[in-house]
Amino acid sequence: MHASGPQSKGRLLKLKLNGRWREDVVAESELLVDYLREVARLTGVKIGCDGGECGACTVLIDGEAVPSCITLAARCEGRHIETIEGLATQGRLSRLQRAFHEKLGTQCGFCTPGMIMAAEALLRRNPTPTNSEIRAALSGNLCRCTGYVKIVEAVEAAAGQLHDR
Amino acid sequence: MTADPATDDRLPRRGVPLIDGVEKVTGRARYTADLDHADALVGRILRSPVSHGEIVRLGVSKARALEGVFAVVTGDDCPYTYGVLPVAMNEYPMARERVRYRGEPIAAVAAVDAETAERAIHLIELEMRRLPAYYTSAEARAPGATLLHDDKPGNIEREVHHEFGNWQQGFATADLVREEKISCAEVNHAQIEPHACLADYDPTTERLTVQSVSQVGYYLHLMLARCLEMDASRIRIVKPSIGGGFGARVEVLNFEIITALLARSAAGKVLMRLSREETFLTHRARPQTDITLRLAMRRDGRITACTCEVVQRGGAYAGYGIVTILYAGALLQGLYDIPAVKYDGYRVYANLPPCGAMRGHGSVDTRHVFECLLDRMARDLGLDPFAVRRANLLHAPTRTMNDLIVNSYGLPECLDRVECASRWHDRIGKLPDGKGLGMACSHYVSGAAKPIHWTGEPHAVVNVRLDFDGGITALTGAADIGQGSSTMVAITVSETLGVALNRVRVIAADSAVTPKDNGAYSSRITFMVGNAAIDAAKKLKAILVDAAARKLEARPDDIKMVGENFCIGSGEQASLSFAEVASAALVDRGAITVSGTFTCPPDAQGGRHKGGAVGSTMGFSYAAQVVEVSVDDATGTVTVDKVWAALDCGHAINPLAVEGQIQGSVWMGMGQALCEETRYIDGLPAHASLLEYRMPTIAESPPIEVHIVESHDPYGPFGAKETSEGALASFPPALVNAIANAIGIDFNELPVTPDRVMEALIQRRRQARLASALKAAT
Repeated sequence: MHASGPQSKGRLLKLKLNGRWREDVVAESELLVDYLREVARLTGVKIGCDGGECGACTVLIDGEAVPSCITLAARCEGRHIETIEGLATQGRLSRLQRAFHEKLGTQCGFCTPGMIMAAEALLRRNPTPTNSEIRAALSGNLCRCTGYVKIVEAVEAAAGQLHDR
Repeated sequence: MTADPATDDRLPRRGVPLIDGVEKVTGRARYTADLDHADALVGRILRSPVSHGEIVRLGVSKARALEGVFAVVTGDDCPYTYGVLPVAMNEYPMARERVRYRGEPIAAVAAVDAETAERAIHLIELEMRRLPAYYTSAEARAPGATLLHDDKPGNIEREVHHEFGNWQQGFATADLVREEKISCAEVNHAQIEPHACLADYDPTTERLTVQSVSQVGYYLHLMLARCLEMDASRIRIVKPSIGGGFGARVEVLNFEIITALLARSAAGKVLMRLSREETFLTHRARPQTDITLRLAMRRDGRITACTCEVVQRGGAYAGYGIVTILYAGALLQGLYDIPAVKYDGYRVYANLPPCGAMRGHGSVDTRHVFECLLDRMARDLGLDPFAVRRANLLHAPTRTMNDLIVNSYGLPECLDRVECASRWHDRIGKLPDGKGLGMACSHYVSGAAKPIHWTGEPHAVVNVRLDFDGGITALTGAADIGQGSSTMVAITVSETLGVALNRVRVIAADSAVTPKDNGAYSSRITFMVGNAAIDAAKKLKAILVDAAARKLEARPDDIKMVGENFCIGSGEQASLSFAEVASAALVDRGAITVSGTFTCPPDAQGGRHKGGAVGSTMGFSYAAQVVEVSVDDATGTVTVDKVWAALDCGHAINPLAVEGQIQGSVWMGMGQALCEETRYIDGLPAHASLLEYRMPTIAESPPIEVHIVESHDPYGPFGAKETSEGALASFPPALVNAIANAIGIDFNELPVTPDRVMEALIQRRRQARLASALKAAT
């Protein structure tokens, strides 16, 4: 279902992944999520649904939050893909990661990578979002544990830190 | 057994983050589908296309012959039933002879890749003879209906009839009697991680290792041994990170056994990842339920009697059904003082995916009806909703009529807190048109006091280990499914020992390493595993204190801890570091492992009546909440503006996690109340995606203000009780009561969707027009 078939035509794909350029052979039909999970082994990118429903696979493409399960890998030629694995620098958690950890914006953790990436895209374009802007930006990401209360608090806390700098 | 409350309050009272939180926010946490499966075959399942039928022919030779297919298994490969209750195992991992719901597994394949596995599935030849299928409790119970299970006449899995006290007299002496029939839709756990299982069979050693999404690895272990006819000692169950459970994964699930059967047949490793649609089909959630409740009340609000009939549409197989229908009756009690209760419960088979346990197991729908009826009777009598609850409070310690023990009871304080925080009396009845306030209460068990498998073992065991490095490792079989149970174990051990939290490491749920645990269900872990962890830590502390005393040539009673140091008196004369004491403790004996246990005493394990064990617990959590709503009379949309939720959790071991659990459970109650509903069209799920199964998004989720109430249970770990389930059940009735307050309409169906609200509003307008027309005519 998620893996590409052996008959699919292959092509060379060059893209920047978490800051590093790489080249791989991918099938034309390969989904970005499968490329990231199975080829690049970045399993922080989650699959929670059968396509475009839950936001758990959200990654950044040139800074924009995109569900990788309804994006073809081949469409990412020359572009910069960022996943949850690329956020921490030298083991230091990013502001959002730290806030989600400390404020308990994560419980089971399955939606967390996608949620943080969607919030990352928001904070980059709008460093001081209002409560309703946070809710609008994350409305494509489903969480079943938190009731979203501490997720909103985490994003607000991260935005506060950003604002202080 | 009684644990001392924490005397040393070194941890910040706001609580601590999860000990596995960093793994989760960095994407390093490995869930089942993330495990290394480079050399694994891909598993796929053939599912029944009909709701009820006999398998006339099942041909797998073409599938087996396809290149790249390593195993094909069918019902013939497993003639053993599985299930959770030893008395009700009536389900095969793959159907044999007969299927009873659309989507039931019939056969499975393991192949080199997904495409080959799917081609093989399409090559399986299946001929079926259809049988009549029933999708409602009424159809299934109708005279002459074909039986789903030959030994269950009337398609009734279990009838329960309980009577406590003189209910006839209670009705005769009441000032007000009112009855309501309310229907609650079937809902689903919809945990965000789809089901997955990785099974690895080594034909040389004849060992099987299974990593799966289970909340109860122990049940999976038992059922794999049974269904694969294996010696349990050759099986290892390892729990990876789990993306939510909410009860979905308490029972052993068919795909887990199927994956293991495939792995053994293929003599290798098989990864089975279910799609979201298949995850919905696996189901095991809260059943569609019809409830008729009758309450008798005195003028002052005192309840004098209650009769309740519950009909649950349980789906095609037993699952947890007997427990669910027993819970629905048992937990009518334990929240208020009710002098007489009559309960009649019917668990019905229907040709739909089997229901099971879901957060608030069995209690949620009956509590909903009870709390709605209390409010309506308060209105009839001109009483305040809070006053009606206060007229019926229990006084702990006590024992209910159905032999449930109540040792601690924080409900009065919960009522006070939400009443005050919501400014109830200043605002009720004074809000603008379309806005309303509603309230309700609920409770839940802190672990079922009687385990399902009665083995004579303690109800929880935790091992704590100390070695040369001074590191303390707590080993527990308890499954952390996101609720933070491993963090709870780390805190209880560190607090009891008086060491830093990061000195304690927790290893959880690996049957080769950790002691067996009864699992993550009925909110048992904090109470039972927490007590066992404290017991183990106390034993280790005694060993450390003895070692320090020997080294300091003092009596153990004179040894005190200051920080992690062991001292005599204030520590000025002599002091040893933790590392020095650990080394001293290891002299002659080497690495130390101590075992702590907890067992619920027999008198807490429920009454002697049939089914009396269900509902019994060492401690109930108590909740009260107020919900504020706005109802849009143009669209029928109900918006929850704010929730105030108070929960008596005994003692908050980790207040941050307690808050998170309360918010999550309140919100899950909101989903059930407002929008969640599984729907079937001729047995085919019409809801089997996260778009069609409508859960509230972040955009429509309200602020939830949490008030933690601590009643300090005499038997809980540091006085703690459960915190993850109790607050769910008071949301739906508080919402329905708030809607009644806002627009004056009582809803007798869940969920209260915009179309149901619009229909009710239109009907009211029509009736008003009719009434005025009639008035004009006369």
